[in-house]
Amino acid sequence: MLRHASKMILGQGLRFPSTRAVTVGAGTPRMYHERVVDHYSNPRNVGSFDKNDPNVGTGLVGAPACGDVMKLQIRVDEENGKIVDACFKTVGWGSAIASSSVATEWVKGKQMEEVLSIKNTEIAKHLSLPPVKLHCSMLAEDAIKAAVKDYESKRAKSNASEEAASVEKAADA
Amino acid sequence: MTSKLLAALLRRSLLKPTTSSCYSTTFIHRRPLSTAAAIVEPLEEDANGITMKGVKISGRPLYLDVQATSPVDPRVLDAMLPYYVSRYGNPHSRTHLYGWESENAVESGRAQVAALINASPKEIIFTSGATESNNISIKGVMHFYKDKKRHVITTQTEHKCVLDSCRHLQQEGFDVTYLPVKPDGLIDLEKLRESIRPDTGLISVMMVNNEIGVIQPMEEIGKICKEFNVPLHTDAAQALGKIPIDVDKMNISLMSLSGHKIYGPKGIGALYVRRRPRIRVEPQMNGGGQERGLRSGTVPTPLVVGFGAACELAMREMEYDDKRIKALQERLLDGIREKIDGVVVNGSTERRYAGNLNLSFAYVEGESLLMGLKEVAVSSGSACTSASLEPSYVLRALGVEEDMAHTSIRYGIGRFTTEEEIDRAAELTVKQVEKLREMSPLYEMVKEGIDIKKVAHFGYGVVAGRIQLDQSGRSSSGHLSSRESNLCLIRLC
Repeated sequence: MLRHASKMILGQGLRFPSTRAVTVGAGTPRMYHERVVDHYSNPRNVGSFDKNDPNVGTGLVGAPACGDVMKLQIRVDEENGKIVDACFKTVGWGSAIASSSVATEWVKGKQMEEVLSIKNTEIAKHLSLPPVKLHCSMLAEDAIKAAVKDYESKRAKSNASEEAASVEKAADA
Repeated sequence: MTSKLLAALLRRSLLKPTTSSCYSTTFIHRRPLSTAAAIVEPLEEDANGITMKGVKISGRPLYLDVQATSPVDPRVLDAMLPYYVSRYGNPHSRTHLYGWESENAVESGRAQVAALINASPKEIIFTSGATESNNISIKGVMHFYKDKKRHVITTQTEHKCVLDSCRHLQQEGFDVTYLPVKPDGLIDLEKLRESIRPDTGLISVMMVNNEIGVIQPMEEIGKICKEFNVPLHTDAAQALGKIPIDVDKMNISLMSLSGHKIYGPKGIGALYVRRRPRIRVEPQMNGGGQERGLRSGTVPTPLVVGFGAACELAMREMEYDDKRIKALQERLLDGIREKIDGVVVNGSTERRYAGNLNLSFAYVEGESLLMGLKEVAVSSGSACTSASLEPSYVLRALGVEEDMAHTSIRYGIGRFTTEEEIDRAAELTVKQVEKLREMSPLYEMVKEGIDIKKVAHFGYGVVAGRIQLDQSGRSSSGHLSSRESNLCLIRLC
């Protein structure tokens, strides 16, 4: 029993140096998580849809003065309100590019109402963003919401104009 | 009996071979009694390349950051080594050969440094670097003359240590004028003249800027200082050995020098303190009175020898290096400008040190560009590198617009930079900028003809489709409020 106890104690003591060394490396502020580097080198869904397409919603957020501008576009299936495709264009920090790339991946195949619940904290956790870069994930969340809002306002307008057209027709007839 | 058990267990566990990948634990286990020095290597190197901090590259990066520091010239290292292992005396030891030979070495190093700036060796004191020299100059001079002189003039583009020393003086009650610079980075001599007061104790202007590389008109500034009888201090850390310096022609009273920017060792610098007319300085380091009482502490002989050797080499090779570096700079700039547009050189192109090329790339952000340029060691003037969200203060002082200030990259070309390195750096830069511009919504908007300067901020609920700007500034869909007449500002109500 004494042997077992001493083995345990010694085992603990010897395990400490290795864990300490590992955490030192991960704590430095300038390290990019592998996922961020991956999204930056191989960004998914870069591109543009036609802005005038009635099925496309465009969210454009950011400020050139701050150095971050994100454009996120979603293509929505009219019948069931599901997002079938998404693409983005971003100028800004590597983590901003990665955040918007992750955002386009996550919104694909989801319902419009569902994507409104994507939180910036989830994006930040997925990419292990350090505190100084959290606003990049905020921007990505804003971009998603802006795109959805834009699509809805487009729909509202087209419905309104349809109604107006039908009223006119009724009036003419 | 229990102690025997514990000893046996200890022995067994210490000598057990471990499979841990951590370098330090294997080191402890394999060689517990080794006298080898600790090795600090957190990067993993294998046949495929180097991985460090989550980034994998195929080999060591090309070094184009000579303004940050420079490699030690092998000839300088040769000169230094005997003073580490065989002639290791303290130069202040007066009683034996070790001290005497060390003192001789320090004095010849001092003469070599003085020769490069046309000064007398008696006017050079050694410090730990240009930062310390700047501190001694600014705080030391003003503290000495604090009864009569209460005003300091400096520029907005100075090195952080100068600005911070001035701020310290402001807290003590002195007045400081931070002169603005023109868009090309040079100071306006008329403004300098106007800001001199009867109680101005010091004017501090750096000779060559570390971020943008512009060379200030030191001779004209020296003339103005002589006219008003104000001491002139200059931070010549980036200028030493690269442009010809003559302290008499430029009427310089104090000059800060740094060793590791001219292919010398790190940890050594010097301060030139004029003797005729004498400028008095209050020492910042008190002690045994070394270095004419201005900087106490043992003078590090090997570092001084290295600094002296580097200065002598610089004197011999300045012209050749300058020609070569100018050609390389043109090669880099042409190589980049041929393939992409929207490239702006920050700072004056005429009065510029050739080895410092600071470029801004429109519609691209600096940190993301740096992330993709991991195979080239360069530095950026943008926010992220300063760990705050603000772009570099030097670029802001130049009046560079906010969106361009975020995109700057500084290329440093030095004595050991080769043509292949320049070509490869240009190629990688062009590739990365093109890739980022493809991903950039601003570039897309510019291509479509929208003036992005008119759009200050994007928020929720952007208009369906295009952002249309008409005369009143309201968006064409009409459902937003615009703050100013020429801004299409979309805000969430």
